[in-house]
Amino acid sequence: MTTTGLQHRFGQYGGQYVPETLMPALAELEAAWISARNDELFQAELGRLLRDYAGRPTPLYHAERLSAVAGRKIYLKREDLVHTGAHKINNALGQALLAVRMGKRRIIAETGAGQHGVASATACALLDLECVVYMGAEDIRRQKPNVQRMELLGATVVPVEAGAKTLKEAVSEAIRDWVTNVEDSHYIIGSAVGPAPYPVIVRDLQRCIGDEARAQILEREGRLPERVIACVGGGSNAIGAFTAFVGDEGVQLVGVEAAGEGIDSGRHGAPLAAGGRPGVLHGSLSALLQTDEGQIAEAHSVSAGLDYPGSGPEHAFLRDSGRATYVAVTDGDALAAFARTAELEGIIPALEPAHAIHYVLNEPSDSQLDLICLSGRGDKDLAEVLSLLGRS
Amino acid sequence: MNGLERIAEAFSAGGKRAALMPYLMGGYPDLAGSLAIGNAYVDGGADLIELGVPFSDPLADGPVIQGAGSAALAAGATLKGVLGVAGELAARVPVVVMCYSNVILARGIDAFVDDLDSACVSGLIVPDLPIEEAPATLAACEARGVALVSLAAPTSTDERLAEIGKLTRGFLYTVAVAGTTGERGDESGYAAVIERVRSHTAVPVALGFGISTPEQASAAADAGADGVIVGSRLVREAIEHDEPAEACRVLVERFAEALR
Repeated sequence: MTTTGLQHRFGQYGGQYVPETLMPALAELEAAWISARNDELFQAELGRLLRDYAGRPTPLYHAERLSAVAGRKIYLKREDLVHTGAHKINNALGQALLAVRMGKRRIIAETGAGQHGVASATACALLDLECVVYMGAEDIRRQKPNVQRMELLGATVVPVEAGAKTLKEAVSEAIRDWVTNVEDSHYIIGSAVGPAPYPVIVRDLQRCIGDEARAQILEREGRLPERVIACVGGGSNAIGAFTAFVGDEGVQLVGVEAAGEGIDSGRHGAPLAAGGRPGVLHGSLSALLQTDEGQIAEAHSVSAGLDYPGSGPEHAFLRDSGRATYVAVTDGDALAAFARTAELEGIIPALEPAHAIHYVLNEPSDSQLDLICLSGRGDKDLAEVLSLLGRS
Repeated sequence: MNGLERIAEAFSAGGKRAALMPYLMGGYPDLAGSLAIGNAYVDGGADLIELGVPFSDPLADGPVIQGAGSAALAAGATLKGVLGVAGELAARVPVVVMCYSNVILARGIDAFVDDLDSACVSGLIVPDLPIEEAPATLAACEARGVALVSLAAPTSTDERLAEIGKLTRGFLYTVAVAGTTGERGDESGYAAVIERVRSHTAVPVALGFGISTPEQASAAADAGADGVIVGSRLVREAIEHDEPAEACRVLVERFAEALR
């Protein structure tokens, strides 16, 4: 399996730390993905859906007014314009097609901000699959529109009341469902996390972001960007944006995590930037927020999608190897960037990429050409943001 | 006598049809309380004790054990404290510690197994450590005579069962149903599950996950199990009673009686 299979480890990170019950399903998934990846018919079907249904390729937009503020050229990769309003649809469509190929008609998904839940519910409606989405009760409260969308799309949204009632607990419940119903269910994990082969599958399905953006910026500028910047919760839009550029030595890769109330406050979601020790959460070894005793710490972020104490194993590897840099932006700064982007560009970004935008607008850099992955749109965040900004 | 030998003896002794291994959540309701419950298990007829180290994110556990683990952590349970309980109980019966990977990694694998050894713990079960990820832990356990117990699942392929059956030490923890820990009604599948794993291993086969009544425990023994693991039912008994130790002793006695 190690010679012909998918990558299980990124340096020391990754692996398959799951109950034995799931191991055969992970092997089946790995074999199915290897076969699907090399199957022209599968790729053609996925390509057709991404183009005609989801709206790929997404535009690369030169944000002139943001550029004027930053004093350098900024391009936005417009994942907010894809169907369902976030990059999550790229992965959900691919994995839902894969589930059909494996003969599994029941889909399990977890969601934080609700974007992956909506994407999964959408793919399931399209392909006539049953869909069960686990979502923390706190996230249900702050992402109400997405809950309503999922239900309209025919999904069952299951509130998770454990712990901080956010993404970590939702993933745990989704995995427990999968352990119980593994024979007939496929778990569409929404980020580049989880046991192997998930981080590779999610990366393969999200790398279209960077592949498209690389070609687009070469066409537009005749050169590569000096920096590619993306927000990182689990890290799927970031790994999707980074992958095409990893081999381009001159291109800096910057992942922006949630500093929440500040790294020093201890209430944040920045295991990579804050130097979280390696640990096992949700089936893989990666940088993690945890206590000295190995209990997983609660993350905190105003954005539900970044409110996660773990990180994708490949990001931990990119950090350690020095190929990518990870920084963090606070709740307050992300909220400011959210409003600023709306005012300057007429684009309401999701709170998650607002972290990345704040970093680019406010941190000094020698770069003259930045590419930001605008991973999703902010409609879902409106009520929460307006209330936090005291405008409602 | 090292851990492997103690476990082997516990599976062969006691005059029961199968050894009884109740699960104890370490530190629930607090450390002293869990020690009292553990002693009550032994008084009630436990042959071994599976002692859980509480973890914030127990993927293999259902709501009852999750809840007790959270409560134990909230009450201040630490690894050191739980191993203190282990040390006390190990003076009476073999103790097998159940602990998730991250708690072991945070301590360091070798230091962790040293701690087990110092507490006279006989075995270790790691529910999120499949054989592929186990070599370092297995080596540390082998060096100290601690049994690293592998789990076999109903979904395990024959190829995997052969490997698991070879690598497991002490006994083979056989998961009766696909799913998390928790009480279940159905014992009809026990015989098939046990028969399937039996041919792949030379060590005793213990059945767990879902066994919640003395009748089911008896059915597991009838189906050929060498050991019966009862978890959520007993943890619930502790949760629901003001005097959990006495309530658990009475219930363990009923399980033990069913296995005679």
